[in-house]
Formats: sequence, structure tokens, C-alpha cells
Amino acid sequence: MSKRNPEYDFKWCPGCGDFGVVRGIELALAERTMRTGEPIEKTALIAGIGCSGNLVHLQEGPQPYGFHGIHGRALGIAYGIKASRPDMNVITVGGDGDMLSIGAEHIGPQAKRNVDLTAVVMDNGIYGLTKGQASPTTLGGVVTSTTPYGKLEDAVRPLDLYLAHNVSFIACGVSSKPKELAGLIGQAMDHPGFAVVHVMSPCTTYNDTYEALKGNPAKGIEPLAHQVPDSHDASDWNAALALVKQPGVPVGIIYRNPNSVPLHQRFAEARERIKPRSRSVEQMLNALAI
Amino acid sequence: MGADLVVRFAGEGGQGQVTAAEGMAEAAARVGYHVQTFATYPSQIEGGPVWAQTRISTNTILTQGDQLDVLVALNRQAYENHIADLRDGGIVIYNSKDFDTPPPGNAIGLDAEALARETGNPRAANFIMIGAVAQLASMPLDYFTDFVKVRFTRGRPNDAEIINGNNKAIEVGAEKASASGYAVEPLDQPTPSDTKRILARGNDYLSMGAIAGGLEVFYGYPISPATTILVFMENNLNQEGQFVGQTSSEIESIAAIIGAGYSGRKVMTSTAGPGLSLMHEGIGLAWIAEIPLVIVDVQRGGPATGLPTKTEQSDLLSAINPGHGDMSVPVIAPGSVADCFPAAIHALNWAERYQGPVILLTEMSIAERNEDVPMPDINAIANERRTVSTGEMGNRRYAGRTISPFPVPGTVGASYVANGSEHDEQGDTTHQPQVHVDQTERRFSKLALLEDGTYDSENTSASVAILPWGGSKGAARAAYNRLRADGTDLAWYFTMFINPMPPALLEELRSKDLVIVPELNYLGQFSSVLRGLGINAHSIRQYTGLPFKEGFLVEQVQAMMKAQSGKLVRA
Repeated sequence: MSKRNPEYDFKWCPGCGDFGVVRGIELALAERTMRTGEPIEKTALIAGIGCSGNLVHLQEGPQPYGFHGIHGRALGIAYGIKASRPDMNVITVGGDGDMLSIGAEHIGPQAKRNVDLTAVVMDNGIYGLTKGQASPTTLGGVVTSTTPYGKLEDAVRPLDLYLAHNVSFIACGVSSKPKELAGLIGQAMDHPGFAVVHVMSPCTTYNDTYEALKGNPAKGIEPLAHQVPDSHDASDWNAALALVKQPGVPVGIIYRNPNSVPLHQRFAEARERIKPRSRSVEQMLNALAI
Repeated sequence: MGADLVVRFAGEGGQGQVTAAEGMAEAAARVGYHVQTFATYPSQIEGGPVWAQTRISTNTILTQGDQLDVLVALNRQAYENHIADLRDGGIVIYNSKDFDTPPPGNAIGLDAEALARETGNPRAANFIMIGAVAQLASMPLDYFTDFVKVRFTRGRPNDAEIINGNNKAIEVGAEKASASGYAVEPLDQPTPSDTKRILARGNDYLSMGAIAGGLEVFYGYPISPATTILVFMENNLNQEGQFVGQTSSEIESIAAIIGAGYSGRKVMTSTAGPGLSLMHEGIGLAWIAEIPLVIVDVQRGGPATGLPTKTEQSDLLSAINPGHGDMSVPVIAPGSVADCFPAAIHALNWAERYQGPVILLTEMSIAERNEDVPMPDINAIANERRTVSTGEMGNRRYAGRTISPFPVPGTVGASYVANGSEHDEQGDTTHQPQVHVDQTERRFSKLALLEDGTYDSENTSASVAILPWGGSKGAARAAYNRLRADGTDLAWYFTMFINPMPPALLEELRSKDLVIVPELNYLGQFSSVLRGLGINAHSIRQYTGLPFKEGFLVEQVQAMMKAQSGKLVRA
């Protein structure tokens, strides 16, 4: 529950991974504010809907600007903000439903434009707010309320997807380690271009994956999550692809394009190039004079 | 001598008819005539039936013209399709290469392509046709040769060669027409205007209006017949502080301008019916989150893909009430090319003033036609900006039952959540009944800020009125003029401010026994809206994909007035 508005009538379930994601974002923003001296109001936090969408209301203390929009369109809205206000620090938050199902069509275009924003994707492998339907990252064969015979579709592999779109910065974190996550989000914000931080954020009610991620030696469960090895060269796209093709969830920075040029810089350069052709309204009208 | 010349060039796509019609119009406009063009084509890159029409007049032009003085038929099928529109005594210029036997009546056979080759410029077939038409209307050829000089002086080494070839083609065409012995009524001499004029296409003029009105950010996705707005913006919205982008869909367009509007910019997108449908959810978001933005909907035939390159006025209901939920979106609908410039400025101002979405509803027949219009005075434009918060409201962005200052992101101490869910004063989601009541009433109350629309009226004492909307204005006005000249007691009203309408206009219309609404749709959309506002409105409907003709409206108005007077007698 938000302290700034005790009447606020939404809260997450106890133990929800999204609490860790909020903490990660708060820590990253606090660090950025300290380091740059920029007021927190220079950040806009954009969400679609779903459990993840409520994150924009849960920030404590001085607030970034927020946008709790409609399902799947956070990236489109963020593109609009960043392209017209390059001075803003823009972050989107969304779940696997919001970002990888209805909103997946917006990942490719932002990657191609290389819009300088940070997309935090909170993956719990389920639609939680609507009470437990299969999501794109729900594994094949899993029984949910909409897959009573077991899910017939294969699961989307998000990290492969980001790489295929040439997203210029890709990192993966887990919600149970907010400090580490904050570090990844901080680097994503500093990256000049489109950055995705994919976070494994378990749903304690409908898809509790804490044990699977962390492992449990007593039960003989090997951890899914493993640190990206120090030897990994994140500037090498092929190495990144090999990394995400290995079993499990690699935690850390997977890919970072060292030659990333963001959209607002491309537009500013184009504007300089075409300056000789640039016309005032008066000149446009005069060109049609008869 | 006559005041008017209507000529249609019809054939297969790629035969140069649009270039001929527009070239003829531009040349005539330069010497002081009023001109209007109209073109219709299929939705394909090449081929298919295409026709383009030019009307040249010494009077102000209201329609593209009901009947043709000259039909240029570039193939047999075009002749068959269009001959019914030729007036008695009109002349056909036919492509002799495509006709085995000459058509009956006043007909001149020309093989424009072969003649063009003979002049040494095979691409000058258009100018052969222009020369022939000019000769038939006894227009001095130097109107056209002078135009060619201006148009083709481009600083290239072969300028002179092209100019000479084109002008030779004009002369050859004129000689052929002259040799035929046929002629239409000679066109009166133009009276050059005292004021500066421009020749503009609807979509270009609308785009210039938007930029003059302070537009800063534009996003769009290609769709006929709105694409030319996106193209204009891509080429011209490039100054410091401006941004233009092509999106991946209309869904991304509306999302992006919501983001840009939220960030404090003056923003616009353009689309046609299918794109408007995709934007519905986003328009609802802009309404509930209170984001200023303008959506241009260039209407075409619908539903679904419908008639992509034809004209229709069938998006009105979905413009006023796009998508689900309680909302009433402001709509401005220009009635001519001349209206497009101020309409774009008004739309941007309305969006800024009431902090919400505005739909600028235009249509294919206006978007794609060229018209001569007075040079607008850009120093007289009043550009409005939203009232912004400097932090005095704290986080309470949605406080109060009416408009409140807009917090521009970056402003310290004014952060809030723009929310597409129902929300409290600072934008936090709530489902409490009283909050939904308060916020719903707040959103609707802001529409009262937009009741400053103006309207035209004439002969207002009559009990029956004609009230066209959008692009049906011209044909309706021509019909009105003819009916008034015949002594019919009919009132005239027009406004581009469709929602909300000027309150004084509503009062006047409520006092009428009958309000006749010519509109290009099956449902009679505007008259149904007006009946809901307590006005006895009934439509003259047409849904052919083509604009109204003046003669058709005269007959329909007469029939409706006759039926109405019968009703009054019985009552």
C-alpha cells in the first residue's frame, strides 16, 4: 500500500516478486539522483496494466512522474515521451503478459529506433491479476485455468527474442536480489539506447518459482538462476546468443552494443543535415503562391 | 462568353490524367481564375480506372461541377463510363489509338502519345491534351506556355529542351482541336484577385495550418487518403524542438502521441477510418488521463477496408464516441480546402484548452483536391497552450470539478500518475463510487470550454433550413444558391464545430420545422446526432463513394420541402 495515499485500494500479495522490483527501481533512481543531481521528477515511469502496472503507484518518497496506461502500450507511450523530450529519463515496467503478449509488437520497433529508454520486464510466467491464466512465458504442458489440458503452446523465450530484435542492452535479474537488480537497472538507464532488464519475479499465488530459481539442495533441485560468468564478453552478440541458449536463467548483463546511437541523436544529426532545406510556414505558403 | 469550364480526363492509371488536370488548374490559377480539381483512383500503384477533373471559373467554385464541357477519354471504357456526364453540346476528345470507330457527336480523335513523340518529347502527352482543351475553350495558349516556363525552370541543363518540348506539345494539341472546327463557349477573361492567393491541396494546407498553429510533434502510419499529411510532416516538421516519426501501426501512433502530449508537447497524428478504429482504446485513455492531442481522420468509404480511395462521411459517430465507455470527443470538420488551415489551428487550440483528445474530421474529397484559397495571415493566428502547473497544486493533478493546471513532467513538486484507470486527485487508482462520479463529471464539464465555435447563417427567418457538414458544404451551398435564386424560402447554416456545436446555432436550429442535412452515409449520422439534441433534422443520404452533385441536392431539397409543407397543412 502506498504511504502517500492510505486510501489507495490496491496491494500485491505477500511475497510478490514485484516488491523486489520496486525496491530495485527505487535504489537505482536514488543512486542516479545522488550521482547526477537531477531531480527525480526528470524520470517518468510508464506502465501498462496488470499487477506490474500498479508499480508506478508504489514508489515511496519524492515521486517520479508516472503513467498507468492501457494494456500493452507502455513502450509506444514511452517512445512518444522520449522522442519529444530527450531530457527525460524514461522507464517502462510491464509483466510478461503486458510486454510479451499484447505488447510484444512494440519491442521490435523501439529496438530498431534504439529509443533511449529502459524497459523493465517482470516475468512471473502467469496472468496474476486476472487470477491465473497462461501467459507467453508459462511453460508448455502447464495446467492453468485457460490450459486445463496442459498448455499446448510452447513458451516464449524472452532473452532470445530481445537478441533477435537487436535490443542494444539486455540484462537479466531476479526480484529476490534487489540490490543487484538496482545495479543492472542503473546501467540500463546509463546505456544510450533501448535497454531491456528482464526480471524473474515470481507470483506467490499462481506460479511460485522461488524454489526453482534458487534451487533446493535438500530436495535435489538445481537452481535455474546462475550468474553470467566473468569471462562472458557482453559486447559480442554471438556470445550472448550462446549464453541464452544454455539451460537456466543467466543473471547479469547479457548484451551491450558498444556502438549504440540512440534515436534522439540520430534525429538531431538528420536535422543538421537537412537544415538547408528546412522552411518556415511562411516559406511553405509562399511556395504555393499563384 | 461563359464563366465556367469543366473538363474531365479519364482513362487507365498511368496515362497522365491527374498531371494534366492539375497542370491545367495551376496554369489557370496563375492567371487569376478560380480552380478546383477532383480525382478518383483505385487502390493500386498502376492501372485501373482513374479520372481527374478540373473546374476553371471566374466565380468562386463550390463543387467540382455536375456536367462536363469537355471529356478527354483515353480509352473506350472511360468513354462508356463518363459520357453520361457530358453536357449537351459538350465535346469528347478521344484517344484515336484505342477506338476503332469514332464515338458519335462532337468528337475529336487524338493519339496524344504519338503526337508527343513527334514533338521529340514522348512524355508530353499531357500537354497535347491541355493544348487541345485550352483551344476548345478559346483560352490564350500563353497562359499555359508561361506556366510551363515557370514550372520547368529548375536549373538543370536540359530545362530549355523540356520547356520547348512541352510548349510544342501544347501548340500541336491546339492545332488539332482548331482543325476539328469544334468549340465550347469561350471562357470569360479572368479578373486577377487583389489579394495574394495560393493553390493548395487539402492535406497539405491542413498540415501547414497545424505547423502554423504551433504543432511540435507528429506521429503517423501510412494509410490512404491520410498519407500525404505524414509525408508533409516528415518533410517539414524538422525545426529545433520538433519531432516527426513513422510508427509501426495506428495503435503505436496513438500511444506515441499520448506520450508526447503527456510530456507537454502540442501533438497530432493522422489516419483514416481503419486506423481510427485501431486508435479507439487510446483515445479513451487520452480522454480519461486528460492528455491534449489531435487525431486527423481523413474519411474514406468504410467499414473495414471499404473504399480506400473514395470519399464518404461515415465516421462521424465513431469520432464523437470512439470506443467504449462514457465520453464525448470534440470534433471539428472543415468544409473545404480553405477551411483546412484554420480547422487545424482550432483543433490544436481546443485540445490544449480542454486538455483532451480532439478529432479533426476531414474526407478524401477535400484531402486530395486542389483549390485556390486566399493567402492566410499567419501573424493573426492565436496559438493557445495549456495552462501548466508550476507545482502550486502539489501532486493533485486531477483536483476539482473542472480544468486544472497541467503538470509537465520534469516540473519539481508536481509529479502525478496519468491514469487510464479511474483515479483520485493525484492519479492513484480507485473504484470508489463518488470518485467515479466526480471525475466523470469533471471530464464532461471541460467541454463547456469549447463552446466558442462560430457558424455561417443566411436567410434565418425561413422555417426550413439546410445544414450540411464537412465536405458536403460546397454542393449544398451551390444548391442553396440555386434554390434561393428560384425564390425558395430556405435558411442556410454551416459550422465546422460539430461537437460541441455553438450553443446559439443549436437554439436557432431547434426553432426550425425542418433541418435538411445532406451527408455521405447510409445511416444519416449527423441528423441522428441532431435529433438527439432536440432538432427535427433529416438527411439527404448518398453512399456511392463520390461527392454530392448540386442538381441532385436541389431535387432532394425540393422533394423534402414539398413533403414537409404537406405535413404542416395536415397538422
